[in-house]
Amino acid sequence: MSNQREMADQFLAQMDSFANTMKQSVGLPLLLDQKTGVALWWDQREIKLRFLISVEKTRKFFEGLAEGKLLATRCKKSGKILFPPQVDCPDDPEDEAEWVELPREGELLTYTVIYTKPYSFGHYPDYTVGIAKLTNGVQILAWVRETDPKKLRVGQKVRIEIVRRQPENYLTYEIVPVEE
Amino acid sequence: MNIPELAYEAIRQAIAEAGIEKKDIDLVVAGYVGGWSSEGLAPVVVMEYAGLTGKPSYRIEAACSTGSAAIKTAYDAVSSGQADIALVFGVEKMNESPTPTVVEFIGRAGNYFWEFENFGLTFPGYYALYATAYMSKYGATEEDLCRVAVKNHYYASMNPKAQFPRKITLEQCMQSRYIAWPLKLFDCSPITDGAAAIVLASEDVAEKLTDSPVWIEAIGAATGTSNLSRRDQFTSLNAATLAAKMAYKKAGIDPDNPAKYIDVAEVHDCFTIAEILAYEDLGFARRGEGYKLIREEQTYIGGKIPVNLSGGLKAKGHPLAATGVSMAAELAHQLLGKVEKGRQAPIKNGRALAHNVGGTGHYTYVTIYSLEKPRAP
Repeated sequence: MSNQREMADQFLAQMDSFANTMKQSVGLPLLLDQKTGVALWWDQREIKLRFLISVEKTRKFFEGLAEGKLLATRCKKSGKILFPPQVDCPDDPEDEAEWVELPREGELLTYTVIYTKPYSFGHYPDYTVGIAKLTNGVQILAWVRETDPKKLRVGQKVRIEIVRRQPENYLTYEIVPVEE
Repeated sequence: MNIPELAYEAIRQAIAEAGIEKKDIDLVVAGYVGGWSSEGLAPVVVMEYAGLTGKPSYRIEAACSTGSAAIKTAYDAVSSGQADIALVFGVEKMNESPTPTVVEFIGRAGNYFWEFENFGLTFPGYYALYATAYMSKYGATEEDLCRVAVKNHYYASMNPKAQFPRKITLEQCMQSRYIAWPLKLFDCSPITDGAAAIVLASEDVAEKLTDSPVWIEAIGAATGTSNLSRRDQFTSLNAATLAAKMAYKKAGIDPDNPAKYIDVAEVHDCFTIAEILAYEDLGFARRGEGYKLIREEQTYIGGKIPVNLSGGLKAKGHPLAATGVSMAAELAHQLLGKVEKGRQAPIKNGRALAHNVGGTGHYTYVTIYSLEKPRAP
């Protein structure tokens, strides 16, 4: 399938063009639903959503990625490792979290290949998402570097690599199958 | 039809069927998730349209189990004496946005920052992670998943309110394209516009209104982690197991054999794998044997326990906030023998069960409806 984001944009452009024709003829952005024939108002207001998300307290995790490290937090008293990292220990308000490096080896617990994508992922080719269990028991969800599900299996050995996501060009992590 | 028109169609029917007047309503509990539709505060728009302005009201949200959460909130108000008559409605117009936008909004309903921002999970994708783990562990097949779709479409074909009131074949389902491997188009519930409404009344008021009330016997509710990666396994929903246990305990139902006590169930089949997990989480089948229940057609009428005779989310449709409320309406009608011929369950015990999951097991509500007045707690 071709780029799903382009297809979605084309669909919206087509609606806009129909509505423009209607605005010129009857003065209103009215469309008729192709299946049912019911009248629809083509919204004349459009918003873009993009958020500013605080990572101040987990800044070390992102600085770690830049240094080639995959970090998590560990509660000093209980020894529990938290991933995704969080700086508060949920089981004990007195416990304190410290930063630790995660092992990179593990096994695949489950996986899926995403064919029908969300709008903001529509520019990527089909991608695989999986959950790996690392050797210390921590579970991590990420893309898997293999898009043929027949070449993957539950229990397969994997390692975690830090990669640059393109075309956005930023650091993230990926699950990579290991030859057995 | 717009949001208030759609909601009012359900509200009007509920009020008429309950035999009350609008002035009798003490509280309106609204279920609405939204995001994909134009009205930000749809419930107040509905209230104005329906002539309910002035009454106390609030909106409840618990993802795909919003409807059941709204029912529980109204139930708590009525059972604690804060209200004598409460109206509950759920409404959603998901088709106001194009499909990729709706896929985006639902995909963000897990843990946005750690699971969506970088990895673009979708809801079919989340449930596919369950399907892969389940199939690998127990040997269920894609055909087994499709068998759930075939059953639910079969019953939807007799439900005039269903979004897809038509039968499908196993081949049609198997040949449909992959949405999120191993889940195919026919394994997935659709994007739906819909509304549902019910009226809850206190014991004294209900007895005056009708000779045949349907009682809420028990509600079990529980939650699961936001990050899917923090679940301890991917072959069942912990929240559903906990909610079922709580509901069974309150209703005095043997958790080892609940099917013996229940005539019919509506379960949260947002994806076919979810119905199979529900069989196990609810104790209708042993762990790892849920797929055998559908393979042996035990969840059709005449089997061990009929499930989703409405067509389920799969074929009746899944307008998020309306789903749990429509399960209540469907089960009340089932218990009273009022649904269409061919999809009416035989009622022997006078008990029905609704299983409504929010998110990927972020929330679960298990509600037991009964023809008999519940024992005092």
